Amino acid sequence: MNNSLSVRHLLGIKQLTPEDIQLIFHHAEKFKKVINQPIKKVPSLRDITIANLFFENSTRTKLSFELAEKRLSADIVNFSSSGSSVKKGETLIDTVNNILSMKIDMVVMRHSSPGAPHFLKENTNTVIVNAGDGTHEHPTQGLLDSFSIREKIGDLKGKKVAIVGDIKHSRVALSNIFCLQKQGAEVMVCGPATLIPRNIKELGVQVEYDLVKAVEWADAVNMLRIQIERQASSDKEVPNFPSLREYSNLYQLNNEVLIKAKNNPLILHPGPINRGVEITTELADGEQSLVLQQVENGVAIRMAVIYLLASHIKR
Amino acid sequence: MKFPLASLICFIFAPLMKPKTLLDKKLFELIINRLCYELIENHDDFINTVIIGIQPRGVVLAELIYRRLKKIAPKIALQYGALDITFFRDDFRRREDPVLANTTKIDFLIEGKRVILVDDVLFTGRTIRSAFDALLAFGRPDAIELLVLIERRFSLQVPVNPKYVGKSVDSIASQRVLVKWKIDGEPDKVILHTSTDE
Repeated sequence: MNNSLSVRHLLGIKQLTPEDIQLIFHHAEKFKKVINQPIKKVPSLRDITIANLFFENSTRTKLSFELAEKRLSADIVNFSSSGSSVKKGETLIDTVNNILSMKIDMVVMRHSSPGAPHFLKENTNTVIVNAGDGTHEHPTQGLLDSFSIREKIGDLKGKKVAIVGDIKHSRVALSNIFCLQKQGAEVMVCGPATLIPRNIKELGVQVEYDLVKAVEWADAVNMLRIQIERQASSDKEVPNFPSLREYSNLYQLNNEVLIKAKNNPLILHPGPINRGVEITTELADGEQSLVLQQVENGVAIRMAVIYLLASHIKR
Repeated sequence: MKFPLASLICFIFAPLMKPKTLLDKKLFELIINRLCYELIENHDDFINTVIIGIQPRGVVLAELIYRRLKKIAPKIALQYGALDITFFRDDFRRREDPVLANTTKIDFLIEGKRVILVDDVLFTGRTIRSAFDALLAFGRPDAIELLVLIERRFSLQVPVNPKYVGKSVDSIASQRVLVKWKIDGEPDKVILHTSTDE
């Protein structure tokens, strides 16, 4: 196994090699042990300063990154766009360069524009970790989803994973597709035709519009959140589906679907869950559900990513 | 004199020397047995003692000693663990590539225990320093004692003093002392490599 990543930034899973993914998983396993010790901290990054720039709302990811950084003993500063000079019209590069001039070594960024971290990489001089860019990628989520499935059923080569729901607006879906495929897994996307990008087959995934068939096929299903905030916001736009009720009638994962599909796959959800919309409470909290493991693994995966990227920051 | 004569001779003849066996199988066995009896002498029934090997090679030695102790005195109550110090090293970001992390497996607290810390070769002492840091996560031990199979003399960079030593050797920094274990497919032995015979 290689000792270091082939990339200097984590912009997306697309840029990672399969070996990179294995290396991140290898370290995440070790860090998971660390965060389960009585003292959950290692001193590796005590001379590194990390800025968490969140230009878009987030609870779980932000908390998870913060915890990961603290467990590695990094110094951190947090920034969220509300209540900042971004509201006064400062550009992204200016904002980031100002923060960097305070001697920051690494930037973890969430932004609503796809490609924002790539743009930043070209125009600033720092290590960048993408914590979600618009509808493009959310690499650490992709990694932690695979890691969680892998913990349960082992190597993903030849395993089947269905991603269900709003594929079109989901950065989690894209990162998951890349991450699963790079480990040799088969991927299927499932959802109403309006929420599946037209050319998605070009990525080598199967498309299925019937939830029962998708569940029957899969070893694990990743139920995405219906992003109510990214659906049609005014009367002029055409909605992607008639109503939430209609959506849940056709695409809600519930016991009835599992019985019809005669299969009991692992269930993942990146959160936050709309209980009763894409999944029933019963299944979200059930035995096959990995939801809470995903959150725990999230910290370990982010520790691994930050640790591996930090090892190349010059002193 | 700062360097002993042996080091000087090593230095002059290093390029000419072949890998040298420091411990052969027979001596190896003798030393392991001696270390075990020294431990028994100091720890009696091991009721309050744990043995912890440092990943990766110290674990092999710790396991060997643990099994040998159990054979000599089957009734002892000794607990045994493996410690990985990768995330506690003091050379992170000073090497080209990070060190690949290994597994820590300590299923007990060391609070109030006497810890026998085990490594194969003591060289600069920095690994041991990191191990002290790493051990803190499992509680505050009563005492830590260090056991090493090979002590390379005159090379310490931090003040670390082993209590149990298999054998002390003189060597220069460019040489490598390698412990070959049975698991490597050879009989247990210790070899001194000079810089030229990689």
